[in-house]
Amino acid sequence: MKKFAYFPGCSLEKMASSYHKSALETTKAYDIELQELDDWNCCGATTYFHVDQLLAHTLVARNLALAEKERLDLVAPCSACYKNAFFTNKVLKDDPDLAEHINFALEEDDLQFNGEIDVHHLIEIFANEVGPDMLKKKIKNPLKGLNIAAYYGCQIVRPRKNGEEIENPQYFEDIISAMGAEPTYFPERLRCCGGSLIMTSREAALDMVRILLQSAEKNGAHVIATACPLCQVNLECYQEQVNEEFGTDFKMPILYFTQLLGLALGLSPKKLGIGIELVSATPVFSKLLPKEAN
Amino acid sequence: MNDTKSPLEHEEKVGVYVCHCGTNISKVVDVDDVAKWAENNPHVEISREYKFMCSSLGQELIEQDIKEKGLTKIVVASCSPHMHEGTFRTATENGGLNPFMFEMANIREHDSWITDDEEAATQKAKALVNAAIERVVHHQPLEEIPVEINPNTLVVGGGIAGITAALELADGGNHVYLVEREPSIGGHMAQLDKTFPTLDCSACILTPKMVDVDHHPNITLLTWSEVEKMDGYMGNFEVTVRKKARCVIEEHCTGCGICIEKCPFQVVDEVFEAGMGKRKVIYRPFPQAVPKYPVIDKENCAFFLKGTCKACEKFCPTEPNSIDFEQEDEILKLQVGNIILATGFELFDVKRIPQYGYGKLENVFTSLEFERMVNAAGPTEGKIVLRDQKSSPKSVAIVHCVGSRDENYHKYCSKVCCMYSLKFAHLVHERIPDAEVYNCYIDMRTPGKGYEEFYDRLLKEGTNFIRGKVAEVTDSARTAEEEGKLIVQVEDTLIGRQRRVPVDMVILSPAIEAQPDSKEVSQLFKMGCDFEGFFIERHPKLDPIATMTEGIFIAGACQGPKDVPDTVSQGAAAASRVASLISRGTVMMEPIRASINEDACSGCKICNNMCPYNAIEFIEEDGVSRVVTALCQGCGTCVAACPSGVITGAHFTNDQLISQIEGLLWDMRELEPVPAGKEEKK
Repeated sequence: MKKFAYFPGCSLEKMASSYHKSALETTKAYDIELQELDDWNCCGATTYFHVDQLLAHTLVARNLALAEKERLDLVAPCSACYKNAFFTNKVLKDDPDLAEHINFALEEDDLQFNGEIDVHHLIEIFANEVGPDMLKKKIKNPLKGLNIAAYYGCQIVRPRKNGEEIENPQYFEDIISAMGAEPTYFPERLRCCGGSLIMTSREAALDMVRILLQSAEKNGAHVIATACPLCQVNLECYQEQVNEEFGTDFKMPILYFTQLLGLALGLSPKKLGIGIELVSATPVFSKLLPKEAN
Repeated sequence: MNDTKSPLEHEEKVGVYVCHCGTNISKVVDVDDVAKWAENNPHVEISREYKFMCSSLGQELIEQDIKEKGLTKIVVASCSPHMHEGTFRTATENGGLNPFMFEMANIREHDSWITDDEEAATQKAKALVNAAIERVVHHQPLEEIPVEINPNTLVVGGGIAGITAALELADGGNHVYLVEREPSIGGHMAQLDKTFPTLDCSACILTPKMVDVDHHPNITLLTWSEVEKMDGYMGNFEVTVRKKARCVIEEHCTGCGICIEKCPFQVVDEVFEAGMGKRKVIYRPFPQAVPKYPVIDKENCAFFLKGTCKACEKFCPTEPNSIDFEQEDEILKLQVGNIILATGFELFDVKRIPQYGYGKLENVFTSLEFERMVNAAGPTEGKIVLRDQKSSPKSVAIVHCVGSRDENYHKYCSKVCCMYSLKFAHLVHERIPDAEVYNCYIDMRTPGKGYEEFYDRLLKEGTNFIRGKVAEVTDSARTAEEEGKLIVQVEDTLIGRQRRVPVDMVILSPAIEAQPDSKEVSQLFKMGCDFEGFFIERHPKLDPIATMTEGIFIAGACQGPKDVPDTVSQGAAAASRVASLISRGTVMMEPIRASINEDACSGCKICNNMCPYNAIEFIEEDGVSRVVTALCQGCGTCVAACPSGVITGAHFTNDQLISQIEGLLWDMRELEPVPAGKEEKK
């Protein structure tokens, strides 16, 4: 059993509890243990880095140091948490002076950043650690006939890692194929969901959501799979407002990829937090072709 | 190693000259102080500062002092030896001394140009001057070595740069070997339809030159050939060339082309037609190819794959038959005096920028594909059509700077793209009068004779110019108007807005890149190439043609992105540099060579294999190694490698180098090392 330090982040505590549940269930199915960090703190979200970079790095470094203490790589299911943790880890590894400065603060907590661990997004665990072949092996209930739009969002591909195809990633689609579903052609898959723009510029934010929903619907998606709580909220919770604003009639369910994977693994919808959506996913499951003679 | 300094045979009188270089040096270095300070060195007879040492008056000052004050050695503290070592050696010689009784201290590039700290700069200048003084007193008179120049020249690359250089030299009565990797000469220029800004037909101005090469009695044309090895040195290179098997006997072939006509197999031509058209398996890249002989593409030939067919052989009308399936590669050894490299460029692979959609969105084209398309002799006979080969686009977007001026790919500007993108816009207007054309550019760069005027002309022809770097090309339509189109997402920085421009066709103008194997080529010819793979010139302004290796010259886009006029100028310039060496007949080479003290040589042979120039031979009867002076390049590898320390590098002796280091560290003298054992005592 492979073990990782798990950093759920604030969203998964409440708003994205279904992501939390399904993440734990699906990783367990593949013999991966997510051990939640003891006494973790906020990642700084999308805003703190613009307010005070030093303090923001310190905030993140504390979580990294907690994972280091356990000698485990850190896994974050939320793209914003992941991006912050990845960047701080890289910045501090490259800048020992800054790391030393921050360690001075961490000392208060008896913690230290040494740059000894790596940071992964949850989806990378399925894409790389498990891999598509292994993913496929445990699928009991292939999602045949379901067209899923793999929505990467923007933050997940923003850390430019060496040699990675950041403009043309493929791993999310591969995961969807492994579930037995059909990855929809979705040219807007790397576009921003609007982040927290809804707070400051509602009209612009709603338009961004509309573009994503329109593209997915036009290309025949039954459901959009996300890997980020913020993307999920923007696409799902503001769908009604988009419909009002633009006179559209979107009824596009937005599920976490772990929820869909869980269904394919044969886990019960309840365990995966399915059933509490604002845009009901029930009609989607009728799309699943009747199972062939079994 | 011989570490003890040999005592100076007689009292030396050193003259020191510290140059202001206008204000280049004196604005940071306290030149007066350095000159005054140098007088303290016991070897120094006189020390002066002067505004411009390289001026005639500066040189005369040295000559005069040698004659009047009996100086025996000269030190000039000024710029890099690359600039003026020759100047001051001549001045030393004119004063009546051996030119090697001179040493230069570089207090400009190594000092004043790299800091604003006046105190530190002055301190460093003193150290460098002192090092030069301590070194120069050990200098020995040396005689330059005369080298005869073989009048034959090798030109590598048969594009417009190589063609120009070869013709210039051959017209002057010198023999040239022109080596080209592809089956025909012509290079990229042969692929183009029109040339900017005059819009004259590229083939019409190029092919006469190609024919001249073909018929020139002084040019040996070796196409479908590659250089494999280079030995020797300026004036006397030996070059090994592999002439790949064409499977066509050139002596018999009349170039009638019947074999091509009868060949039943076709493949996509990825080279000349940029994947836009097909060619036969026995082929000439284009109708005006030089030489006229076809070549068999062994990888796709049915005979080489399955042992059948032989149609070309059957239908060949010559007697005896010109097809020879058994033909083997030939290895040629050429003796040449000089080499001109004109190996050209490659285009950036636009698939590296996936957001521009090339390869996924079918109506995204590269500039070279478009170039072939608009060419009357190309696959569509000059018709501008979409990939379906039928419909003509009603709107075209041309994307500039694809891979250029982009810190993720190439930081440099590729120089020619703005102009050919304008040319494309003109060709679209000309052939599809009602089409809308959008040029998306970062900055419009049109410096060149008649270039800005061409830009003006396009503005009047109605091209839409959008100033902004294209973010992406997508087929994800958001409005009815975008449906079925390619959408170019671009920030129009002149109106401060994001725009989505729906078009039928997108043309990407990729960066000019160095050839993918330019690093290996530069190693083969023992000269340098930069981080981007372009060959390094001797001086970026004053000598963009020579390289740091004597006898090797560069021309055209292998040195950096260039348009046709610049390439032709550089090709001709390289030829003229070579011609000047040939007409001199002999050149003097620096006598910086290694020599072995044979009395002390143990005969271990370590140096024999170390020498990169094979310049050391082993004399069996005496059991010692000996340096062949004519081959030695003075690199010093053997000097460092000799375990007995009996190899001396002229002008780089141990005495000279150790004195120089001691001179440099003059202010450390007080810090004598702690005698061994002392620190333990406590």
